[in-house]
Amino acid sequence: MAAEKMALAKAINESLRRALESDPKVLIMGEDVGKLGGVFRVTDGLHKDFGEDRVIDTPLAESGIVGTAIGLALRGYRPVVEIQFDGFVFPAYDQIVTQLAKMHARSLGKVKMPVVIRIPYGGGIGAVEHHSESPEALFAHVAGLKVVSPSNAADAYWMMQQAIQSDDPVIYFEPKRRYWDKAEVDKEAIPGPLHTARVVREGTDLTLAAYGPMVKLCQEVADAAAEEGRSLEVVDLRSISPVDFDTIQASVEKTRRLIVVHEAPVFLGSGAEIAARITERCFYHLEAPVLRVGGYHAPYPPARLEEEYLPDLDRVLDAVDRSLAY
Amino acid sequence: MTESTAARKPRRSAGSKAAGTTGSKAGTGKRTTRTTSTTRTAAEKGSDTELVQLLTPEGERVEDAAHAEYASYVADITPDELRGLYRDMVLTRRFDAEATALQRQGELGLWASLLGQEAAQIGSGRATREDDYVFPTYREHGVAWCRGVDPTNLLGMFRGVNNGGWDPNSNNFHLYTIVIGSQALHATGYAMGVAKDGADSGVIAYFGDGASSQGDVSEAFNFAAVYNAPVVFFCQNNQWAISESNEKQTRVPLYQRAQGFGFPGVRVDGNDVLASLAVTRWALDRARRGEGPALIEAYTYRMGAHTTSDDPSRYRHDDERAAWEAKDPILRLRRFLESANHADEGFFAELEAESETLGKRVREVVRAMPDPDRFAIFENVYADGHALVDEERAQFAAYQASFADAEGV
Repeated sequence: MAAEKMALAKAINESLRRALESDPKVLIMGEDVGKLGGVFRVTDGLHKDFGEDRVIDTPLAESGIVGTAIGLALRGYRPVVEIQFDGFVFPAYDQIVTQLAKMHARSLGKVKMPVVIRIPYGGGIGAVEHHSESPEALFAHVAGLKVVSPSNAADAYWMMQQAIQSDDPVIYFEPKRRYWDKAEVDKEAIPGPLHTARVVREGTDLTLAAYGPMVKLCQEVADAAAEEGRSLEVVDLRSISPVDFDTIQASVEKTRRLIVVHEAPVFLGSGAEIAARITERCFYHLEAPVLRVGGYHAPYPPARLEEEYLPDLDRVLDAVDRSLAY
Repeated sequence: MTESTAARKPRRSAGSKAAGTTGSKAGTGKRTTRTTSTTRTAAEKGSDTELVQLLTPEGERVEDAAHAEYASYVADITPDELRGLYRDMVLTRRFDAEATALQRQGELGLWASLLGQEAAQIGSGRATREDDYVFPTYREHGVAWCRGVDPTNLLGMFRGVNNGGWDPNSNNFHLYTIVIGSQALHATGYAMGVAKDGADSGVIAYFGDGASSQGDVSEAFNFAAVYNAPVVFFCQNNQWAISESNEKQTRVPLYQRAQGFGFPGVRVDGNDVLASLAVTRWALDRARRGEGPALIEAYTYRMGAHTTSDDPSRYRHDDERAAWEAKDPILRLRRFLESANHADEGFFAELEAESETLGKRVREVVRAMPDPDRFAIFENVYADGHALVDEERAQFAAYQASFADAEGV
């Protein structure tokens, strides 16, 4: 009777609470994470219960937040940092890429960097500029960082536990448009490895691979395709660096077709890497080129245009048609 | 084994390539002309009125009532300790000269000399306690010396065998940081942790005048002030950020920056080892007492180039260097030691011999420093491992193994 239905944002909140309770070295840091509980209320109540020494409202300075988190990690703490929105991470990009990612290698393994950087990301909520971007490929490209994105409340809960316990820096992308989606969370469960993909829907005709906010869309696509008599398999990647290519490969060897779906621009996005590797691994199994559905090579558009920009049911179904036409 | 695999030979001879030097960028050849601006006057004004000095360039003790509080931190210094400071500076300079020579001989790819900054580094470094933590930039060879880091450890990254290479926790001396000013934030975060732990140790962050222009340094000042972190910011104003003078970095004397963030700033004669020691003791002491951060601007001069890739003759005049030579940190302490009869000829002769021994050891260790194992590329990228690194390591191993036959020929 451990399972409990809760929203994804609440699951992260409960996970952070558990981490704060179980390890006195865990700290929460960021802008507005204290009394306000974060602009999405993900840290709601933590400041009240754990105090400002554990749940730290910081000055408005992203580089400062990550840079001091590095120092705290050097002192033996495990900071969980919130960047308020995706587009605001770039002032901290230098600290993340040149310092956080490299410290372990630079010290020949003597220093560990157990820092989690939480970034609410992606669109679909009608926000203004810099509040809807998907910069995950920019982090996945950097050796020394691990990048993950849960798609549902249960994963959000457990992947946060695992990210905090990791001795490596983990960029934890939260699908903000799924914050309010509810799912059963079993707090007693034994989770699978953090960087393992999962087949969330079995199928035989084509594989859809996605992560974060696009997993739910792909499940809807599979439902719609089923009505047309097509059997689509959906793989939730869960981890963007490293990618669990074995699970995708096994799926593609079965279905012989793959479409990767993400919100980020297609050009040099994580879908490009997956397409290239799966083509290498499964060349003789593929019946069609690996296709990608994602954002355009354009700035994230104003809210009234984001429905045109973001992958939706029809765009993915169109790609399904194109793949099956080969 | 296939024909093509067996026949393959390395296209490049492994390990034969000398450590590359960083080429200096092609300049315009135009000599920078000194501008007469009001900003320079402002900076100099601060220097004239606020400089804490306890030992003049002529080697005379300064009895200045205005700086009595700082002076009290070295009031009971013994002749033995004074000789120790002198020894530290001489050996650090000797090490630095050896490293410069080794770069010229092609043994190091690059070197960032500290020549001229010995007093700032030894004075501040000797002010630290064993449980304090030091965050250097990449020129703090004298501070490393004070922390007990084997100087040859500093040379690995300059030779190109690693990107750091020592355990920061062995001597509480963090790795050199190349991106300017980043470590000011690390030091501040570390100091926030010290305060959380209820410890009474201090943290000191080193950076230069150029770094004062970086956002990270200002953010570090602000975080340190807001959280009352026990961190001392030690800015070595050596007048030049590669070719850019202070005029291009700041409109106000650097130590005055602190005031805007809500903590004290002080300008010390960075060529005066006693004053550097005293002021840093003062700043660390108040940090340990929970009184928060302080900024020390050590007013000094980089006698050599920024690094061995640099050519200072393009941007600064010989007379400027000559003026600073007259303020040499080692010479002034020697004058004081001699006039106070704190050291005899035997001491100086012994130290000279010790210097030569150090130089010889450094030379030998560097030349014997092996190239890293080629698989080091894949080591310590992650603490918990990463599937892609594992895969690429295996590919690399297979590729290397494909040369086995060719190498045997």
